[in-house]
Amino acid sequence: MQKTFIYILGLSLCSTALRAQETVYPAKPQQGLVFLKNATIHVGNGQVIQNGTIGFNNGKIMAVGANVAIPADDVKVFDVNGQHVYPGLIAPESNLGLTEVESVRATNDYEEVGEINPSVRSIVSYNTDSKVIATLRTNGILLAHVVPQGGLVTGSSSVVQLDAWNWEDAAYKTDNGIHFFMPRLMPRANPFGGAAAGPATDAVKEAMEKVASVKSFLRAAQAYNTAAQHAEVNLKYAAVKGLFDKSQKLFIHADLVKELIVAADFAKELDIDVVIVGGTDAWMITDVLKKYNIPVILSQPHSLPVMADDDVDQPYKTPAQLQKAGVLFCISNEGFWQQRNLPFNAGTAGAYGMTKEEALSSVTLNAAKILGIDDKTGSLEVGKDANIVVSTGDILDMKSSVITRAYIQGREVSLEDKHKQLYERYKYKYDLK
Amino acid sequence: MKSNPLTAGITPAQGKKHRRFLITRLRYRSVFGVVGCLLAGFAANAQQTWPVNGVAEPRESCYAFTHATIVRDAQNTLKDATLVIRDGKITAVGAGAAIPKDAVVIDCKGKFIYPSFVDIYSDYGMPAAQPRTFGGRGGGAAPQMLSNTKGPYGWNQAIKSEVNAVQVFSADESKAKSLREQGFGVVLSHQQDGIARGTGVLVSLASERENMTILREKVSAHYSFEKGSSTQDYPSSLMGSIALLRQQYLDAQWYKGNPAKEGVNLSLQSWNDNQGLLQVFDAGDKWNVLRADKIGDEFGVQYVIKAGGNEYQRIPEMAATKATFILPLNYPQAMDVEDPNDARFVALADMKHWELTPTEAGSFEKANIPFCLTTAELKDTKSFLANLRKAIEYGLSEEKALDALTKTPATLLKAYDRIGSLDAGKLANFIITSGPVFQENTVFFQNWVQGNRYVLKNEGWQDLRGSYTITLSNAGSVPVEIKGTPASLSLVNKDTIPGKIDVEGQLVKIVINTKKDNSQQIRLSGVISQQAGVSKWSGSGTDEKGQPLTWEAVLSKPFVAKADSAKKKETPQYGKIYFPFSGYGYETLPTQQDVLIRNATVWTNEKEGKLEGADVLVRNGKIAQVGKNLAAGNAKVIDGTGKHLTPGILDEHSHIAISRGVNEGTQSVTSEVRIADVVNPDDVNIYRQLSGGVTSSHLLHGSANTIGGQSQLIKLRWGANAEDLKFKNWDGFIKFALGENVKQSNWGDRQRVRFPQTRMGVEQVLADAFTRAKDYEKAGPNKRRDLELDALVEILNKKRFITCHSYVQSEINMLLKAGDKYGFQVSTFTHILEGYKVADKMKAHGAGASTFADWWAYKMEVVDAIPQNATIMQRVGLTVAINSDDAEMARRLNQEAAKSVKYGGMQEEDALKMVTLNPATLLHVSDRIGSIKTGKDADLVLWSDHPLSIYAKAEKTMVDGTIYFDRDQDLQLRKRISEERNRLIGKMLGEKKKGAPMGRPVPSREEIYHCEDLQAGHQHHIMDDVYQQ
Repeated sequence: MQKTFIYILGLSLCSTALRAQETVYPAKPQQGLVFLKNATIHVGNGQVIQNGTIGFNNGKIMAVGANVAIPADDVKVFDVNGQHVYPGLIAPESNLGLTEVESVRATNDYEEVGEINPSVRSIVSYNTDSKVIATLRTNGILLAHVVPQGGLVTGSSSVVQLDAWNWEDAAYKTDNGIHFFMPRLMPRANPFGGAAAGPATDAVKEAMEKVASVKSFLRAAQAYNTAAQHAEVNLKYAAVKGLFDKSQKLFIHADLVKELIVAADFAKELDIDVVIVGGTDAWMITDVLKKYNIPVILSQPHSLPVMADDDVDQPYKTPAQLQKAGVLFCISNEGFWQQRNLPFNAGTAGAYGMTKEEALSSVTLNAAKILGIDDKTGSLEVGKDANIVVSTGDILDMKSSVITRAYIQGREVSLEDKHKQLYERYKYKYDLK
Repeated sequence: MKSNPLTAGITPAQGKKHRRFLITRLRYRSVFGVVGCLLAGFAANAQQTWPVNGVAEPRESCYAFTHATIVRDAQNTLKDATLVIRDGKITAVGAGAAIPKDAVVIDCKGKFIYPSFVDIYSDYGMPAAQPRTFGGRGGGAAPQMLSNTKGPYGWNQAIKSEVNAVQVFSADESKAKSLREQGFGVVLSHQQDGIARGTGVLVSLASERENMTILREKVSAHYSFEKGSSTQDYPSSLMGSIALLRQQYLDAQWYKGNPAKEGVNLSLQSWNDNQGLLQVFDAGDKWNVLRADKIGDEFGVQYVIKAGGNEYQRIPEMAATKATFILPLNYPQAMDVEDPNDARFVALADMKHWELTPTEAGSFEKANIPFCLTTAELKDTKSFLANLRKAIEYGLSEEKALDALTKTPATLLKAYDRIGSLDAGKLANFIITSGPVFQENTVFFQNWVQGNRYVLKNEGWQDLRGSYTITLSNAGSVPVEIKGTPASLSLVNKDTIPGKIDVEGQLVKIVINTKKDNSQQIRLSGVISQQAGVSKWSGSGTDEKGQPLTWEAVLSKPFVAKADSAKKKETPQYGKIYFPFSGYGYETLPTQQDVLIRNATVWTNEKEGKLEGADVLVRNGKIAQVGKNLAAGNAKVIDGTGKHLTPGILDEHSHIAISRGVNEGTQSVTSEVRIADVVNPDDVNIYRQLSGGVTSSHLLHGSANTIGGQSQLIKLRWGANAEDLKFKNWDGFIKFALGENVKQSNWGDRQRVRFPQTRMGVEQVLADAFTRAKDYEKAGPNKRRDLELDALVEILNKKRFITCHSYVQSEINMLLKAGDKYGFQVSTFTHILEGYKVADKMKAHGAGASTFADWWAYKMEVVDAIPQNATIMQRVGLTVAINSDDAEMARRLNQEAAKSVKYGGMQEEDALKMVTLNPATLLHVSDRIGSIKTGKDADLVLWSDHPLSIYAKAEKTMVDGTIYFDRDQDLQLRKRISEERNRLIGKMLGEKKKGAPMGRPVPSREEIYHCEDLQAGHQHHIMDDVYQQ
């Protein structure tokens, strides 16, 4: 007996019941096989499969291709009817879950005091009940890299998946990186007048002293971590142990050329894996980044040029320049609620010199590679987690991207969010359909 | 009292006979000379009422300066003439001027005499500048609402019209000396502090008691836009300074009627008293010049305007002010651009400004704009003459330079009868130089002020150069030649082996090398004496072997200057001026052209909807025809195949192109301030936004207070000046604001003083303001005109319209009700993130909405913001716009509009209208822009793709038929930027090699404003880190 259930997506959407956010539940683990057929499958690695099918089981992708046989068994099959299927998008730098209302101090948990705080862990204050999270899922963002701020060495970050009961459930890769926010290496004018006069103190010199303090901290930590026993435990040194066995990466937040050169020097001198976060001016020194294999989590293309003389579309075309130079990079978006615009930042990169599939990789597979989770996600390939998004049109273009379905580890996640609920509430008020 | 060293022991008759001797002696007495002369002058002008300690020594000092080239003024020069002075005044000037018997005669053969200079903009002798405070007070301090000045003065601490420089003046010898060294004899000094600065005093630089140096007490009244040491909050912005000045004129006028309610107000009293004086405005920047002049025009005042150095960039506008200018000569330092990564931070505009600043005075002269020169703004007064010579090198004529330092300021000060030229009856203020005053090697020997001699340099007074024969007592004679400049001599012997000569006063030291390797030297020491007009040198010394000798030297042949020996300086080369003065500026402004866009997808925003394969003809800046297969005629044809043509984008909520402050948030009601006063045409964001298809922007005051300032709609005519950017014949609008910003919720714990602190209080601010406005309107004809209330009355009379920053439904509802009660209508609720909750009420009121596409969660009042807001409001029937409030997002407004298609399922054409036609409707200009219709302004964008798509790029952006942005042209501009930067970096490095002082390569700060000071809504900018304060 054919037990296959065939769903037409449009219908399932209409059946979505109106529920308050508090009753939007995290999904239960995947039960049974699921297939999405008649899909335009964007694998995430540049490949596109027309009229394809993707199947997943126990949270893992089991088949992807144009000719995937759907077993006549107890499976759910969704005919997506030409819609586009993508890997779940990854927000590679965010304070999501660490803040709820930016101006309300009580809701802010992303910025600790002190200059060197490597033992601080973002994961423990990641709030799975943030109302913001659901609004990202509904734009296809299924994973986020949650980064602590404040001071120079701000702590360790973790990758979370966006459908969870608590932070332990959410943890996708824990403490994957240590973050260093490099001070600006830019000469600056005396704030008390006389642009050309220069202040009594040299801001660049001061900044370099801070950089040196971080480097000497890391050297001391390196030495500390080579010994097995310590009379007294140093939590800060212990927190960066993973840098030296390369189980962790050092994420250096830096934008200007000099900062990037100094960041590259960390990688060389300490023999650790360095990732640039920001990298606004990375397009100017792609050779150095390539030479030392330093990837970049690029600041959002939707930014103003740094200097008045810069090309007016410089931030838009930076991704294409990095792509062309062969630097591994992904595209980020600032903040927390703003992450829902991540796909459109990639879309802009697609308009300014990259192919659409390259642009897609820059918010999926490349992000996974840089965060060290590409063994599990980032592309729609057999064996990886079934982190999947279905969209009516091009997910990178706001004109056409409406997300109709999303899976995290094979679990079909709710696409309800606070905004849709308020929308329904006031459509009801005004008798709008 | 010490006797005069010049005349001691010599009768006048002897004086004449021994004049050469005397002069030489004077020079020899260089160590004591300055002090001696000082005292000499003092004695001559001793005051009657002052007791003398010792024996009185009354004397009339009379001097005759003979055989000089006397430059009476820039136009008249007398050769071999005599200047006679007595008792501090000139008594005769002329070739045949009689030399009085009692005159001390000073032979000035070969020398030049000029009138001493006048500096019309000085703070000489004023109390030390008060510590400058930024924003009025330290960060986080509680606000100061009123003046801290004690006494019967006005309410605003920056209005110091009661200050009289004469009362705080105290002579400052070291400053006077530095000015005299640069040739100055008289300055107009005032206290450079505040927006109204009181009166200036005309003083001479003689080092005498103040009683004698003050030439006139109240000569001028001074103004600026800088609040200086005032610690009061208001004004915090440039537009606030402008409003304050305007209100002062009105208040002072009103005060003339001795209004009982005002009592005695000495600030207003002095303001009125000072109106008859010379009115001087420190503008300090090209656009501020125009802003100051506009205030002057409004109140019938023609200011003399002190410039800032960048006025050369807008010479026609400067000329149109009809003002006389005061030009400082402070040139920016070259910046150390050696490090290429640092060089990146220096804007091309800053480099070009560095190169072009020395052209300022020359370009004023060329344009026939009258001006004076000043030492003001120089870091070191000593650089004045060098900088002036540079100005001359860059095109200023010497004649004009002299005028600008003498006759022009003297005439302005109505003191040309006393200073400014060398004529009988005027003060004996003159300089004696070695040659033409502005020539590079000219030495300033003496500056006489009120008949007091100040020796600036002795060396070279007498030219000792020439061929000499030195007769040695034991070894025959050696011919030598003394060369160099009069002030710096060198010596060679007959074999052209260099030796050495040092003259100090009358004493001379000579070293003659007889061998090339300097191994054999004759060393001589002696005195130079003048006998009967002949210079005789004699003394003792040692020969090559160390044996003693005596010697004498006589001039065998005097020095003859070689004609044209001075190297001709190369004419300086410099780049072109850009309009506006930005890397992306034009060398010549683009012009309107007739254009036919052929075969495009045309989004008309009219009932015709979207036309495929249509043509649009543009003539004379207007849309002439829309249709298919139109005849081009003379119009330039642009192929639109595969492209989309839309009306230009109008950003309903923008803060670009605003100078120095978007908020005058220091009071809860500031309807008197106007963005129109502070439009900044140089903002590169104008160009960047053109590249995103924006053609008009509504520039709003910020949201720091309930009733903010008046807004300004502009068209993005990149390159035009502020007036020409403005949208012509536009209904005025004004910004209101509600909620967290106006109640200062996020301003820190100390900002809990200003009313209101709650939404309850906000209603009362409105109630109070409109009640006062109504009472004001009813008041009789002699009421005090109040700019704040004038604007509110305009609102009540439907002459000015409200754009209100608002978020939550309660406050929106409150404003609607307040409008009903006081009789005003709200045109546009802006931000209005909870508009969807009260859209029906807004509709009933007749209000429109201008919102963000998808912002939320950045503060408490936006937690219920939803991206379907625009859709709901539109479906309820409101006119809805999407705005940016952000210089970055404004470049993607078409995509922001597209988000309503995504989140709310809005029709595409309706979505596009939200950034074109709908904001035009909200701003009452939909009859002229916002759709593609015959007769409307040709503000058009040609897109590479569907205009709502992320992949669409604006290829050409046109305003009034002029293409201001074009991708191909943009590529050329980039190339030009790169080449011009490279050239200027090379030039700056050249300066570094020459050893010029270098500044740090710092970025100039871009002014980027938003309503929201919080980060979340706006993209982080690298410069935010650098300029956090």
